[in-house]
Amino acid sequence: MNLTLKIWRQKDSKTKGNFETYQINDISPDCSFLEMLDQLNEKLISEQKDPVAFSRGDCGVSFDHDCREGICGMCGMFINGRAHGPDLGVTTCQLHMRKFKDGDTIVVEPWRAKPFPIIKDLVVDRTAFDKIIQAGGYVSVNTGGVPDANAIPVPKNRADEAMDAAACIGCGACVATCKNASAMLFVAAKVSQLALLPQGAVEAKERAIKMVRKMDELGFGNCTNTGACEVECPKEVSISHIARLNREFFLSVLSS
Amino acid sequence: MSNFLNSSIGKKLIMSISGLFLIAFLLVHLTINLLTLAGPETFNAAAHFMGTNIVMKIMEPMLALGFLVHIVYSLILYAQNLAARPVRYKVINQAETSSWASRNMVFLGIVILAFLGIHLVNYFYKIKFTNDVTSEYHLVVGLFTTEYWYYIAIYVIGAIFLGLHLYHAFQSAFQTLGLNNSKWRARWNAIGLIYSLVIALGFSFIPLYFLISELV
Amino acid sequence: MTKINSKIPNGPVSEKWLNYKAGCKLVNPSNKRKLDIIVVGTGLAGASAAASLSELGYKVKAFCYQDSPRRAHSIAAQGGINAAKNYQNDGDSVYRLFYDTVKGGDYRAREANVYRLAEVSNNIIDQCVAQGVPFARDYGGLLDNRSFGGAQVSRTFYARGQTGQQLLLGAYSALSRQVALGGVELFTRRDMLDVVLVDGKARGIIVRNLKTGEIEKHSAHAVVLATGGYGNVFYLSTNAMGSNISPAWQAYKKGAFFGNPCFTQIHPTCIPVHGTYQSKLTLMSESLRNDGRIWVPKNMEAVEKIRKKEINAQDIPEEERDYYLERRYPAFGNLVPRDVASRAAKERCDAGYGVNQEGLAVYLDFKDAINRLGKDVVEARYGNLFQMYEKIVDENPYQTPMMIYPAVHYTMGGVWVDYELMTSIPGLYCLGEANFSDHGANRLGASALMQGLADGYFVLPYTIGNYLASEIHTPRFKTDMPEFEKAAQDVNNRINTLMEIKGTQTVDSLHKKLGHIMWEYCGMARNEEGLKLGIKKIQDLKAEFWKDVKIPETTDIFNQELEKANRVADFIELGELMMRDALNRKESCGGHFREESQTEDGEAKRNDADFAYVAAWEYKGENAEPELHKEDLKFEVVELVTRNYK
Repeated sequence: MNLTLKIWRQKDSKTKGNFETYQINDISPDCSFLEMLDQLNEKLISEQKDPVAFSRGDCGVSFDHDCREGICGMCGMFINGRAHGPDLGVTTCQLHMRKFKDGDTIVVEPWRAKPFPIIKDLVVDRTAFDKIIQAGGYVSVNTGGVPDANAIPVPKNRADEAMDAAACIGCGACVATCKNASAMLFVAAKVSQLALLPQGAVEAKERAIKMVRKMDELGFGNCTNTGACEVECPKEVSISHIARLNREFFLSVLSS
Repeated sequence: MSNFLNSSIGKKLIMSISGLFLIAFLLVHLTINLLTLAGPETFNAAAHFMGTNIVMKIMEPMLALGFLVHIVYSLILYAQNLAARPVRYKVINQAETSSWASRNMVFLGIVILAFLGIHLVNYFYKIKFTNDVTSEYHLVVGLFTTEYWYYIAIYVIGAIFLGLHLYHAFQSAFQTLGLNNSKWRARWNAIGLIYSLVIALGFSFIPLYFLISELV
Repeated sequence: MTKINSKIPNGPVSEKWLNYKAGCKLVNPSNKRKLDIIVVGTGLAGASAAASLSELGYKVKAFCYQDSPRRAHSIAAQGGINAAKNYQNDGDSVYRLFYDTVKGGDYRAREANVYRLAEVSNNIIDQCVAQGVPFARDYGGLLDNRSFGGAQVSRTFYARGQTGQQLLLGAYSALSRQVALGGVELFTRRDMLDVVLVDGKARGIIVRNLKTGEIEKHSAHAVVLATGGYGNVFYLSTNAMGSNISPAWQAYKKGAFFGNPCFTQIHPTCIPVHGTYQSKLTLMSESLRNDGRIWVPKNMEAVEKIRKKEINAQDIPEEERDYYLERRYPAFGNLVPRDVASRAAKERCDAGYGVNQEGLAVYLDFKDAINRLGKDVVEARYGNLFQMYEKIVDENPYQTPMMIYPAVHYTMGGVWVDYELMTSIPGLYCLGEANFSDHGANRLGASALMQGLADGYFVLPYTIGNYLASEIHTPRFKTDMPEFEKAAQDVNNRINTLMEIKGTQTVDSLHKKLGHIMWEYCGMARNEEGLKLGIKKIQDLKAEFWKDVKIPETTDIFNQELEKANRVADFIELGELMMRDALNRKESCGGHFREESQTEDGEAKRNDADFAYVAAWEYKGENAEPELHKEDLKFEVVELVTRNYK
């Protein structure tokens, strides 16, 4: 396949960015999107002979990636107007080039949201997600001194639903695709998981309030229930969990 | 409590409750309006009742407040949402991930607000602040003639935009209230669709009915 | 040999850990506040250790190279975590888990460590459930178990296909809680590039801030490495792209011994390599072998026709298929352990029967299972794996047999540690996959998660106190000491040297060369001649790397090529040590197969008389040969027998 790539390049968070156009040829339809970018980088780095441009960084495109099997949540880019590209239920690393056609022009942009500042090119800073979890996305137990694992039975359907929510990998596609850059699906996944389990239910109320407060503080937008997040979520976390978050939030406000 | 109302979910709760209030109002409004089909006496009696009833006297400012709150909060939320993405995407392809209406609620709201302005001048202003109106029925029907074809167009288009707004609003309101889960989702969607169709078709039907009766 | 002291407590194996805990020194809470601990790596071992230490009152600094602790590669584990709960009433016990692990490791693990691992395994499950890990449950609401390779009992707990992810999120949430409480300070996007020793004790680390390029100095009373395995030395592996050896390697170069570096696990069921551009291999769960049958065609004409795409696998009649595992191992058939299955696949492909373009793939066929059980049952069992396969390969495994090939998956070797998980450098600890301790020469499925969490939650918090109790009079360090200055200067010099090379080859292309050498000479089968040649080739590659690597941009910004270069430079040196270790170990055991040491019918032959020891290598300088120390393995409980799967 021969492709034209329009990729967002930005040196750091302070410098203004712009799109650069690259041609890349002989791409196998069986390779993944990130492997296609690897090949582009290989080409850009080995072909860049101008020492000034070389040290300035007009070569390899920076992008986050790690496990390359769709589970670590590190990769993520906006490809032709879609979070993680045109395929559903996958991360960028699982997107394969056979989803594109020979001769296509592909526009690649970083996640865009105020709480996700750009570090470089397609790399964004998602520590905002860590801060939300730090605000309350845990069960307050210390190591040791816990009851036997089977001491509290959990109905299978609740455990399964908790697992559905827990599947979130924190990639940020929900924020990226939301027209309001809202992080409700991310927050809801954690609040819902822990609220469904008896172990987490003890602190469920404070948790919802604290996590939502932190989310607002960090400058994420407000959910308008468009449902785009659940469509683009690589782990297909449902917006039903957002309804549960809302419920938990109201109940905790009413009872506090 | 002020913390709560300032939180994103709190503001959405206000949107949801004021929206549901307006949703309920629209049903009442449509029911009364459909009485025009029963002739001048019935409609005028109903209009008179609505205009003098004590409950309605109380509800009228409440309704205005409902609108105002709904509009003000939508603008606050909208401004925050814009600020949450200071740099926009160059290419964005949302058609496959969400409905058009859900993405354009503010636009739809503004269109509806403009329509509401015209609507208020046409009727509310005349009834409340002038002494020209002797029959509400004739005031309503008088506008839906070939002479004022553009009003008919405005009212039909207004009803369609309102329907679109309501289609997303209905399910969204229940989702925001937390009254939703995987089972109820399809149900709220279906009820919301029926409701918005009833509103859009009902309000379009009245002007078209009088237009057609004039032509036939 | 005097340099090795594994500090195994006295007493029968089942009482060693009890005895240790009864006798180890403790640190009083008011003193814990004054003690700093650095934890590098935030996977299962690192995150659980950092959280637990902070809960105890120590001041912890946690480091990871990813943008968030939650992304460590522990997340990729699919299958499950073992524990000796015996919830199924099927005869499991701490002793059995211990025995299976020692036997599965082909008798090259330390008994005392493994027994402790089995002992604390039950606490891990309790802990994780209390944290809200959504383990699979049965209809009665109690925890469900599945069975896994190498065991006759059902002792594996799992959370759908995401057990590693869910356990890590549990540890990450505990860590996040401590961050919020102020006990842990988090440093993400940091690459550890050196460990700092003051008076022979580990006192800090030098890291590069990957965002800004700044070289930072951090001090503490003890340093804990939980930095994972080194499978990426092969370039292609199931490890994450960023997984690297550098922190452990710097520790090695500062005097920590490196244990059994040649023990690598090759997983038999991965999706085969499909092009030169490939960056990473994807594992298909081992459970597929429960119902799939592995075969290649019996005759070469069929193989050639398949490669030319003239015929499909399903066109080959039953009598022309060679179900080689069933042929060679009638008793275990397709369910032989990982190392045996991997070698058998290699044997067939080496003989020319590989079924893809590259000749490096065998079939995993579900035709019989579908006929026997029906498509629905197969789909219920393996649907998500089939879907994943189809996404990657674009072939429907319900119709066409899957193609699989072995791939590097886990490294049993690692930094040598004593019973307390302390390396040969006082105050420097090593946990999880990064150390060598518990899996011997071969790891059983679902045991990696167990070990990581055991080390972090339940072992280190005790053993580190024993060391820190004597450090309570040491005040907090400042990083302006000459030792820190020098270490930072060394790191800067090395980075500048790398940048100055301005050669012609990209880091990835050199890494690929390294991978080829490792796979060719130190892969699934090794021999003396090949290893000697391999060492030579690696030395040449090292020279080539330091002469010709091409790294763009500058050091003071986010520079991914520089990150990779730092890692590959260390991988090259590690590769040589792995080969030396493989050369030294003239026996076949577990994942290490020496062609010279096999039975007449090609099975691995262990040599307990000469090699029942841990090979602990000591760094002796840039161009000197490392020195071998032997820690003899004494088996007090388990009797050494030959594994037989025929």
